[in-house]
Amino acid sequence: MGNDLIAILPLIILAAGGTLIMLLEPFTRPERKGNLGRLSVLTTALAAYTLSFQWSDSPGKAFGGMILLDNFSVFFQWLFVVVTGISALLSMRFNERESINRGEYYALLLFACCGMSLMAASGDLILTFLGIEILSIATYVLAGFKRRDAKSNESALKYFLLGSFATAFLLYGAALIYGSTGSTNYEIIRTVIALQGSFQTTVLVGIGLLLVGFGFKIAVVPFHSWAPDVYEGAPTAVTAFMTVGPKAAGFAALLRVLAQAVPALAADWTAILWAASILTMTVGNVVAVLQTNIKRMLAYSAIAHAGYILVGVVVNTREGFGAVLFYLAIYSIMNLGAFGIVLSLSRQGDQHVNLADYSGLGRTSPLAAGALSLFLISLAGIPLTGGFMGKFYLFGAAIQQGFVGLAVIGVLNSVISVYYYFRVMVFMYMREPLEGQPEPEAINPAVLAVVLIAVVGVLLLGILPGEFLDLATYSTLALK
Amino acid sequence: MQIDNILSLVTYLPAAAALLLLFFPGAAKTAIKSFALAASLLAFIFSLHLIYHFDAASGTMQFVESTVWFRTATITVSHHLGIDGISLFLVLLTTFITPLAILSSWSSITERIKPYMMCMLFLETGMVGVFCALDLVLFYVFWEVMLIPMYFLIGVWGGQRRVYAAVKFILYTMVGSLLMLLAILYLFFANGGTTFDLVAIAGNLASGALTLGRGEEMWLFLAFLLAFAIKVPLFPFHTWLPDAHVEAPTAGSVILAGVLLKMGTYGLLRFCLPLFPGASVEAAPYLCVLSLVGIVYGALVAMVQPDVKKLVAYSSVSHMGFVVLGIFVFTAQGLQGATLQMLNHGLSTGALFLLVGMIYDRRHTREIADFGGLAHGSPILAVMFLVVTLSSIGLPGLNGFVGEVLILLGAFVENRLYAAIAAGGMILGAVYMLWMYQRVFFGEVRNPANREMGDINLREKLLLLPILVLMVWIGVYSAPFLNRMEASLQLVQERIREAGTPAGGYRVLAPPAGLEKTGLD
Repeated sequence: MGNDLIAILPLIILAAGGTLIMLLEPFTRPERKGNLGRLSVLTTALAAYTLSFQWSDSPGKAFGGMILLDNFSVFFQWLFVVVTGISALLSMRFNERESINRGEYYALLLFACCGMSLMAASGDLILTFLGIEILSIATYVLAGFKRRDAKSNESALKYFLLGSFATAFLLYGAALIYGSTGSTNYEIIRTVIALQGSFQTTVLVGIGLLLVGFGFKIAVVPFHSWAPDVYEGAPTAVTAFMTVGPKAAGFAALLRVLAQAVPALAADWTAILWAASILTMTVGNVVAVLQTNIKRMLAYSAIAHAGYILVGVVVNTREGFGAVLFYLAIYSIMNLGAFGIVLSLSRQGDQHVNLADYSGLGRTSPLAAGALSLFLISLAGIPLTGGFMGKFYLFGAAIQQGFVGLAVIGVLNSVISVYYYFRVMVFMYMREPLEGQPEPEAINPAVLAVVLIAVVGVLLLGILPGEFLDLATYSTLALK
Repeated sequence: MQIDNILSLVTYLPAAAALLLLFFPGAAKTAIKSFALAASLLAFIFSLHLIYHFDAASGTMQFVESTVWFRTATITVSHHLGIDGISLFLVLLTTFITPLAILSSWSSITERIKPYMMCMLFLETGMVGVFCALDLVLFYVFWEVMLIPMYFLIGVWGGQRRVYAAVKFILYTMVGSLLMLLAILYLFFANGGTTFDLVAIAGNLASGALTLGRGEEMWLFLAFLLAFAIKVPLFPFHTWLPDAHVEAPTAGSVILAGVLLKMGTYGLLRFCLPLFPGASVEAAPYLCVLSLVGIVYGALVAMVQPDVKKLVAYSSVSHMGFVVLGIFVFTAQGLQGATLQMLNHGLSTGALFLLVGMIYDRRHTREIADFGGLAHGSPILAVMFLVVTLSSIGLPGLNGFVGEVLILLGAFVENRLYAAIAAGGMILGAVYMLWMYQRVFFGEVRNPANREMGDINLREKLLLLPILVLMVWIGVYSAPFLNRMEASLQLVQERIREAGTPAGGYRVLAPPAGLEKTGLD
């Protein structure tokens, strides 16, 4: 039992940190709520520190196989705590400005992080479901955190209704798989299918339903329709979190289930995901072209990136899975960086997030414009940025397995994405500043730190990605 | 004395200078301009070292540097640089044109000087890197990274429709280059997934250690070809070019025409021919026809342009058609002529854009109809313009003649009809250039502004003089240039001949004896 608890120490720290914040909240004066945010950042740092002891060459199990202790789970949990910490940093000044600076916000972020970590570490359908629920409930509330704002309410309600619907699919899929294999444990499911030599149609239906559930979390077309509205309506700091964290968690759980529970059905799920990948990147990119609101544009771009990442899942090799992990990390960094700039340029009430508002930004705030350009260039996948290396590795894995058509569609989609990412730069550098604009408030130190980390990360992973790529690929040993 | 890592020095010196520029206050305009000019001149001086130590007898890579760039468990990407007779002059052309382009923007660019100069210097690093890179990934990185400064040069400092032109430029180029990236990856895995090194892969292909199926080879060839054909631009991929040229600031047009277009033809020579000789031979007739169409079409469209800059832009389509023709007839003269013509076109079209820019700075119009009689008020400008015009149309004694005649000779050996049509294109070239010259410089002065616009100043003379000297030099004594190209081009040609003659049943491409040497060198 003691070992079991040590195995989930990072989770315990996150949950304890969240609970502590909830307890301290009533005793904290309004102007000092920022300290609760700092506490949450500290909690994630502590969790990251304890995680570093779990990195090991010999995978283990805890709670009778419910929790898997391998580098895959450590990699993702690292990613989640970093994303959560960065989101908390982005939120503090933002929440003050929007008058939503309450302790519960940070507690919910930490609980969401718990849920995501469970999804990555889980070796059992039940636990995966629990992880998704913990994450989802926290994010439903976060999306609606601006409770006096109609758009934020709409966002939360939409996410909640569609989300519960998707969860039902997921649960039904899990039930079907349980019914036909007699277990919810990934390893047992795999063994049973292997022993049977064939599988029942119910397993296939179950997988299909699971894919619907995960597809919703990842915002895969055709289960993406919630994403733009929810992303646009949620407070910008929450949007930043939602476009990276839950998406990465969805991929973690998806990879676990597909590669560890039903590798035998690979022919079926790769075919489905192949089509989903193409649909997702194409719809995401094409619709992003039409957007004039930056948050919405980044929302569709998030959909498109999910499509690229699916390529790595379809490839179904260690390189492919490694590319998924690498790309998720890169994508999180560049997207959080971009959102950091967007939210520090926005004005009270989440205003000033239209493309036209960015006119002449290259003159009025050259550093913000420069940093945003770097993130956009990286999102577009131009060399010397992490975004290029991510695509390089991803499409490389696809070509290696002969998925040339998928790779061709992927790069053609990248060309479309160049158009809308670069259009932001058109506004920033090739238009004159608008008259009578209020000065943006000075960028605050926490956001500045995030942006600096992101700039360094994007360049470092773009110029010297070798070791990190190895780390990502090595983390997938448990799957392949 | 040989300098170690000279290629890295020439490649990265401008980028390093650009980063240093960050620390200059934006208001210190003269300091910024001088520093950028000094850095680009320094890069030029170092590049002279290359020509001094270049071994003309060797056709293989020289000044080679190879270190690991990054490595994963399965992939190694090397930082492998080197030049041969094909890339030598293109590197020099780049380092030669860049200081001129910077000098040309001395007074015409007044706003946002610092980012402008940074773009110029980053662009130079990208261009030199493209010509030096011998690792496929490294090449691709330079090829793509260079787009960003060019995008900003057109989009920020360009003319009326600059945004449209910049976006068109980048989208067109991206389509081609991303498919090339996939071809690079495919080639990498076909070769066993160990190295992206161009020399190693080309060696494996030549020795038979790596064989590609006929269809496979053709697809890969086409993926590379598309990237290069868009860049050249080969008809019908040329539509981005007039927009980009017309909207770009003068220095941008100079670099675009002077160097960027050559990256396309360089790519054909460096990648398409040696890596996919079979497919090159198979596709050659189509490409020759396309380049002939480009020659004639470019010339005809240039003829009717009311705008001088647009006229020069379309003349590029025509002239670059010659280069592609020279490459795909695969004869010694054709290849030599094409390589030399890349240089010539860089000089003459670069100079034409400079001159058009000078006139525009004075008159703020480029409409041919607004001019007339400029020679009365600006005789020196008129003379220089004339020399450059004559160079562009290939008058004997100037550089254009040598390149075009070699290409025509090479084409004649391969197919007389090609040569006849191309020669017709040359005549058309003379027609539109001289007609334009006549309408702009001769005749009555109908608008007093044309008389009073003032002749060129010392800075502008200094700009044009080195180009004119080179034009005459190459025109009169081209041997030093051709000699250095010969050995490397021979290797390319041998590779084509090996793959082009046997099993596939292609035509024998060896030119008749006696025509091997042109007699011009």
